Amino acid sequence: MKVALFIPCYVDQFYPNVGIATLELLEKLGVEVDFPLDQTCCGQPMANSGCETDGIGAANLFVENFKDYDYIVGPTGSCVLHVRDHFNKIQQTEEVKKVRAKTYELCEFLVDVLKVEHIEAEFPHKVGLHLSCHGLRGMRLGQSSEIVGQDFSKMRGLLEKVKGIELIELDRKDECCGFGGTFAVTEEAVSVKMGKDRVADHVRHGAEVLTGGDMSCLMHLGGIISRKDQPLKVMHIAEILNGATL
Amino acid sequence: MDHPSAAAIFNKDEARTEWHDKALWYVRSKRDLSAKSIPEWEQLRQIASAIKAHALSNLDNYLVEFEENAKKNGITVHWAQDGKEHNEIVHSILKAKEVKKLVKSKSMLTEECHLNPYLEEKGIEVIDTDLGERIVQLSKEPPSHIVMPAIHKKKEDIGQLFHEKLGTEAGASDPQYLAEAARQHLRQNFLTADASLTGVNFAIAETGGVVVCTNEGNADLGVSLAPIHIASMGIEKLIPKAAHLGVFLRLLARSATGQPITSFSSHFHGPKPGSEMHIIIVDNGRTEQLGRDDFRKSLNCIRCGACMNTCPVYRRSGGHSYGYTVPGPIGSILSPGKDLKKYSSLPFASTLCGSCSDVCPVKIDIHTQLYKWRQIIAKEHELPWSKRQAMKVAGYMFSHPNMYRTAGKAGRAMLKVTPKTLVNGPWNVWGKSRDLPPPPKESFRDWYLKNRVKK
Repeated sequence: MKVALFIPCYVDQFYPNVGIATLELLEKLGVEVDFPLDQTCCGQPMANSGCETDGIGAANLFVENFKDYDYIVGPTGSCVLHVRDHFNKIQQTEEVKKVRAKTYELCEFLVDVLKVEHIEAEFPHKVGLHLSCHGLRGMRLGQSSEIVGQDFSKMRGLLEKVKGIELIELDRKDECCGFGGTFAVTEEAVSVKMGKDRVADHVRHGAEVLTGGDMSCLMHLGGIISRKDQPLKVMHIAEILNGATL
Repeated sequence: MDHPSAAAIFNKDEARTEWHDKALWYVRSKRDLSAKSIPEWEQLRQIASAIKAHALSNLDNYLVEFEENAKKNGITVHWAQDGKEHNEIVHSILKAKEVKKLVKSKSMLTEECHLNPYLEEKGIEVIDTDLGERIVQLSKEPPSHIVMPAIHKKKEDIGQLFHEKLGTEAGASDPQYLAEAARQHLRQNFLTADASLTGVNFAIAETGGVVVCTNEGNADLGVSLAPIHIASMGIEKLIPKAAHLGVFLRLLARSATGQPITSFSSHFHGPKPGSEMHIIIVDNGRTEQLGRDDFRKSLNCIRCGACMNTCPVYRRSGGHSYGYTVPGPIGSILSPGKDLKKYSSLPFASTLCGSCSDVCPVKIDIHTQLYKWRQIIAKEHELPWSKRQAMKVAGYMFSHPNMYRTAGKAGRAMLKVTPKTLVNGPWNVWGKSRDLPPPPKESFRDWYLKNRVKK
């Protein structure tokens, strides 16, 4: 199985530790992982701003970088969703179709492809899980609270396998954090208020660590936490699953 | 004013923003409980969506069938191309009978057509009889929500308003007392009105009648007491058969407020003896929307308001921040079709979180349509120039790996040496209330080259 690691641009630049944790975690699980060196961005920032055509170059480059792998795995629901849903704007060659179908979010890959049953990690802390919208409602990594049906969450399922972890319950289990890409800047007031409310929910329920599958949401929430000097830390889910300590 | 500016003003009073958010979240929570009491909820949504798709695809036939059957029931049917024509028809009906006072039960369509100011100019008094509608009418504001038009007002605000307009005691804000005062005031108007106008929730092609859903019974009272009943409906309100009503009535109130059903589901199938009933079928841009493949599904909307209650942006910016008759997510996909320039900020008033699409009882892919409107807005040059240029540059950079890496390195280096106070200067909108992550010493790629790539 040839697996390529897809590290979103902002993770590459600002959160190398998340990339390292993802890589090490996959390696621990016996996967041989390659990191194509010429990767940049999936093109989502342009597309979500209405400038889909400006993202076409990035999309083509993405396909070029990843076309030869069986699976493409990234620690992000948002960028993966973009590859799957919005690469319909480039010509649908066999390569493009394959890349779209074979690009996985990390937790989804662990659960659905590797069928991981055991996680070698211990994290004896109170943890709040932020379910990022694109992973949740876009990729259906879990049941959103609006839908009537059996509740499930692939991320929560994995975290529950971590020794000593205590997952807290939130008042609003899957409300958006307010990041939203350029929304965070163009709708600054609402974005920040949404973020503050999410953080408050986690603080109210005693979370020591706020985790999630998308560093973009966590960058936004972490920025608010840091500015207000609040008593909790943000960590990507890959870090916890990889056995990080606080 | 665009949405971000109006939303920023709304957020200046943080406590009030929180109050607004919680009031609507409470309604969303009630909806959840109510929906989850129906095991076949998702199936109901699917059926409702399919009925709407079918009705919209065969609207030409169903409209004709509806008109024929309505006429057989003794109803006069009128067709209006736009809001202006709708208002003129209403006026001509009222003028023929020298109507001085019209009681209205809630109709978002007449809001859309701006009927009230039109009739008032012609010397006809219009009284909105839905309590929430009457509140916003008395305070000379548009509704801020399609189901709860005065949800932006606290009971103290309403107490003050009623004190000024209806003579209630100063400082009184007990909801029961205020509601009773409104009831007495409205009762007088019901008794003295010469005509009534209602909206329409569902028009049934098979029977030629309309169904109006209210909690206050005001539609029934208005229609029963006045000698003229005008029902105004958009063309998309049609459903083929009476049997389909069950699907929609089960979904509507549960989605709107969490009630199993509205207190009144009133069926109007003809004039009462000695009186007139008119139905005005209005297009006002709907046919155009129907012709847009990507957006036609927006006409599925049954106006439950669930997308507003669930929208984290709506809850924290208020209905008035949208500046369109129908606010919130659904309004943000309907309004650009009316005036792309004027409403160009609305499809961006969303994080594309998708909650609206998941909550929608008729399965409108709202967040996907928001995304698609964004593409059109950019293409039609309605994006701010700076954003457009930034995206062009970003697009170019991300197509060139070397350039991306150089820019990343330079950015991180700059962040490292620049003092925090300077980073968070007024030019950095992000930094107003959020810190940037501390720049790491190397990118992941740099680390990978050092640690994994065999030399």
